[in-house]
Amino acid sequence: MKYLKFILVGMFFGIMFVKTEVVSWFRIYEMFRFESFHMYGIIGSAVVLGIVFTWFIKKNRIRDMYGNDIMFANKDKTWPRYIIGGIIFGLGWAMTGACPGPMFTLLGAGFLIMFVVIVFAIIGTWVYGAVRNRIPH
Amino acid sequence: MIELIKQPWPWYVGGPIIAIVYATLLLFGKGFGISASLRAMCSALGAGKRISFFNFDWRGQTWNFMFVFGAMIGGFIAVTWLSDGSPMDLNENTIKELEQYGITSWQNGLVPVEFFNWSNVFSLQGFVIMAIGGFLIGFGSRYAGGCTSGHAISGLADLQLPSLVAVIGFFIGGLIMTWFILPFILRM
Repeated sequence: MKYLKFILVGMFFGIMFVKTEVVSWFRIYEMFRFESFHMYGIIGSAVVLGIVFTWFIKKNRIRDMYGNDIMFANKDKTWPRYIIGGIIFGLGWAMTGACPGPMFTLLGAGFLIMFVVIVFAIIGTWVYGAVRNRIPH
Repeated sequence: MIELIKQPWPWYVGGPIIAIVYATLLLFGKGFGISASLRAMCSALGAGKRISFFNFDWRGQTWNFMFVFGAMIGGFIAVTWLSDGSPMDLNENTIKELEQYGITSWQNGLVPVEFFNWSNVFSLQGFVIMAIGGFLIGFGSRYAGGCTSGHAISGLADLQLPSLVAVIGFFIGGLIMTWFILPFILRM
């Protein structure tokens, strides 16, 4: 039962993904063509509110439901991985119109063809793990 | 109320919900990052035997599998019971551009089924869009150390400079694809 809450939050998240059309290939295409504010509004308002929540949690030392401190790990400041990896991810995002969350939501929404995208995303992750010592980070 | 829910939701509903989900997961003691589940899937499938990167206790990510599973159920619920079938309110220039490639499926779905269909999987075009596209998502997100959730939401919310660099990378890649590569793929 300890996992039920994650399923419920995931359901809420998945419903929002469909209803706001974040999972739509067309919305991603439109976003990268700068022809709509919709996606920028979603990401922008999520980030602004996320900054407020993070600030509030840090300022008030809010603990999680188990009484542990909420940790925010600093990401390593080695730049090639973010710029090269980021560009590679962006190429795939614009091609499939989906990032990892939407891939799964679309599958659940009945677009079974997304299974192909998911399998190859797992393969891509696997190959990264195999070659990571030979590429710049 | 249900009629309102069945209509498409505006951006100012979606963004705050994403932030609420991010904060809720923090209160559950977890960090919002969906691509981490892909790494855990590799580990669960046995990738850790030969590759140390996957040699960790993937059970620690079980909550993330559950979250992703919930997102799949949510997708099913939304299209089955919470949609009134109204078409996407896309920009008319976007629609004109899509029509040049023979794409009209935006009127009745979330995915351009002209390209995303099973009979297209084994064509060059279908393979590039679905298989190579999926590969780039998996490889790129792990290389960058996160995807849209881990960097664009969690990372930016914590004002992490590496995440800003990664998000700029996401957009450089997305713009290159949309403006210079997709036009060729969509004409294949």
